[in-house]
Amino acid sequence: MSVEVRIPTILRTYTGGEKAVSGEGASLSALIDDLEANHPGIKERLVESKDAGPDLRRFVNVYVNDEDVRFLGGLDAELSDGDQVVVLPAVAGG
Amino acid sequence: MLRIDRATYDAIVAHAKRDHPDEACGIVAGPEGSDRPERMVEMVNAAGSPTFYEFDSTELLALYKQMWANDEEPVVVYHSHTATEAYPSRTDIGLAQEPGAHYVLVSTREHGNNDGPVEFRSYTIVDGEVTEEEVDVVAALPPRSE
Repeated sequence: MSVEVRIPTILRTYTGGEKAVSGEGASLSALIDDLEANHPGIKERLVESKDAGPDLRRFVNVYVNDEDVRFLGGLDAELSDGDQVVVLPAVAGG
Repeated sequence: MLRIDRATYDAIVAHAKRDHPDEACGIVAGPEGSDRPERMVEMVNAAGSPTFYEFDSTELLALYKQMWANDEEPVVVYHSHTATEAYPSRTDIGLAQEPGAHYVLVSTREHGNNDGPVEFRSYTIVDGEVTEEEVDVVAALPPRSE
């Protein structure tokens, strides 16, 4: 069970400069825990604690097979072997 | 320093004027590592707001996939301010997540949708630190040196 994760420039400090890493997990939250085990610090950049529990940060977009995970259940989104996950920071401001 | 060709500069200004009083936003892509802003892409401001901008998440992915396929990166990330100066707001600084990009700010506060000069300024924003840089507008970028 392996999932390819595309890492944006700003988070490559956690992956030794790698543009893509592989991870494991049956859900997005399990995958992020697996990434954290190999690339400590990355989880904090993706997930924040809210009253209702942990959630993806508002200005980080995560896609599974080109679909925004916010439409797939967020951190509960299910993953399968061979899925492609892309992390992209929002481009936003005021 | 940001070196940008006149046609791209004019197109960014035109986009900002057209979308006034809402903020306009987009990028100029270029070959990875080249620092050459070659291919401008206007983006829809999904926030549709005079005080905020955000690329639509689906369009954002499509844009990045296109850049990856072309071995490009965002050389310039631009947006407009429509009532304030062309300087990064606190929100801009907090949300800037492309440390290698030139962040271009255009202010349309003086003339809105009409003809007339605009402020056009460029910055790098790294770890919350804003550094203004010179903007050199050239008739055309020099040929690629490969």
